[in-house]
Amino acid sequence: MSLDPAARSGYADHPPRMGFFTDTSVCIGCKACEVACKEWNGVPEDGLELTGMSYDNTQSLGASTWRHVAFIEQIDHPGQPRWLMASDVCKHCTEAGCLDVCPTGALLRTEFGTVVVQDDVCNGCGNCVAACPFGVIGRRETDGGAHKCTLCYDRIGDGLTPACAKACPTESIQFGPLDELRDRAQARLETLHEAGVAGAQLYGEDPGNGIGGAGAFFLLLDEPEVYGLPPDPVVTTRDLPRMWRHVASAAAALAAAALISGLGGRA
Amino acid sequence: MKRDEQLMVPAAEFGSYYGRPVIKEPVWGAPAIPGYLFLGGLAGASSPLAAVAEFSGRPGLALAAKTTAAGAIGLSVVALVQDLGRPTRFHHMLRVFKPTSPMSVGSWLLSAYGPAAGAAAACAITGLLPAAGRVATVAAAVTGPAVAAYTAALLADTAVPAWHEAHRELPYLFVSSAATAAGGLGLLLVRPEQAAPARNLALIGATAELTAKSLLLQRLGEVAEPYQSGRAGRLMEAAEILTAAGLTAAAVGGRNRIIAALAGAALVASSAFTRFGIFFAGRMSAGDPRYTVGPQRNRKDRKDRGDRGISPPPAGKPARAPAERGDLAAAR
Ligand code: SF4
Ligand code: SF4
Repeated sequence: MSLDPAARSGYADHPPRMGFFTDTSVCIGCKACEVACKEWNGVPEDGLELTGMSYDNTQSLGASTWRHVAFIEQIDHPGQPRWLMASDVCKHCTEAGCLDVCPTGALLRTEFGTVVVQDDVCNGCGNCVAACPFGVIGRRETDGGAHKCTLCYDRIGDGLTPACAKACPTESIQFGPLDELRDRAQARLETLHEAGVAGAQLYGEDPGNGIGGAGAFFLLLDEPEVYGLPPDPVVTTRDLPRMWRHVASAAAALAAAALISGLGGRA
Repeated sequence: MKRDEQLMVPAAEFGSYYGRPVIKEPVWGAPAIPGYLFLGGLAGASSPLAAVAEFSGRPGLALAAKTTAAGAIGLSVVALVQDLGRPTRFHHMLRVFKPTSPMSVGSWLLSAYGPAAGAAAACAITGLLPAAGRVATVAAAVTGPAVAAYTAALLADTAVPAWHEAHRELPYLFVSSAATAAGGLGLLLVRPEQAAPARNLALIGATAELTAKSLLLQRLGEVAEPYQSGRAGRLMEAAEILTAAGLTAAAVGGRNRIIAALAGAALVASSAFTRFGIFFAGRMSAGDPRYTVGPQRNRKDRKDRGDRGISPPPAGKPARAPAERGDLAAAR
């Protein structure tokens, strides 16, 4: 699967695919990304709760949470307790389930290869919410529409860095052409492995994975599910051709059953 | 995913983030969406039944089935629109046609089927325009089964484990549940002399439904659990009892007006229970990270083992040696 979804979507001449590389090994859990995202994108308040989940009172991505910093306290971690932090975001999938199933065309692929909701088209059917393998996109109670990270479409179109990456004080969130980010991530992974950080792993970047490679990928220090990420997601629409075949034969079977039911002559 | 991959999932050993769901629970509401699944099925199977009744000289059954189809599809469209986050924009469904979106395909199907079913019923009730009525009857009979079947893809084409993993069986379960409902309603509404096709359809549907359900549960492995526990489990169980009872009663006493009506009512109810059961099973499977993480972790471990040709780590333990804090600092 090519990593050029913009070309597949019909952009003949387009800028390089842009994305995020989130290096969680340098995240300090400051939540500047969460705040900057909300400020720039005018994302409404998403609940004020004290959860008891370490420093995480945001809880998960959703319609009004486009960056979410996870905190994992590993008290019984061998050697020394450790505190993992990771800023999660929409993966801007190469094969995006949300986009595939959207019946209105509200979800669209941009020239940067990112995935964006057009709010004036979305009718709030909720199909995308059920189709995202990462639980990213949500439907907002207050306006009935689906919302998620746009990779700051309005900023990157003007050559600016997305708000979260701009605000990140440790460069845990890096923005740039996906090719460059992938090289950088590989180098960082090698550095960490050389330093003995054996649990370090890249997440989502492999073009051979179930979503054709993510436009926003991660360097994690533990297994994905520890961070609330699915370990091996596969976009649901890969199975859709088979589903349609079964739907067609089931429909034919129903028609046949009705015909057979009428046998036995006239009343 | 193959079945054996799921059966190997260890029962409780999986990592999660504070036990929180990995995917979102569908925002689709009850009773609107399971109600739609039921009514859409009832309508979609009633239309071919109506055509068969009409062309085999059973006007009573034809009229009942056409009226049922039109009423059910009308109600179900109301349910669908009302469940939208922005109901006034329901017509955006017809902005584009996307074969990758079952909801888009379904919207177009409904806009072909709905008017046909409505016209067929209107002509039958008023007795006007009999030729147009026959065309509409045939058009509704041809598109109806697709309306009854596509909703299986609507549910299965999601990240919801209990729905997606059932994508092979759900279409058959849905059409047989639809046949059960349409046949059952025919038995309830029409005198036995006219109801033979309804009775036959109900018998075929109920038998197929019981078969499809047990196949589905067998094939799903661990992900079958949501269908067997909690609210979904109770609904599925009630549905099964009603189906079996209705099937037996229709087979044995289907020519007695009272028994036929009771059997029909049981079958209609069983179809509704099945749809609600499937709906809640999906919701539950989405809300529990076990059903998302378990099968995926298992698949990933198998892939990794294959790639690296080494033996697997013990279940539930980290795959690699954990990092030391000092190493992290050194690596900066
Ligand atoms: S992570 Fe979810 S919301 Fe984001 S592009 Fe992929 S499927 Fe869509
Ligand atoms: S809720 Fe909006 S963006 Fe999501 S699938 Fe429906 S129309 Fe598309």
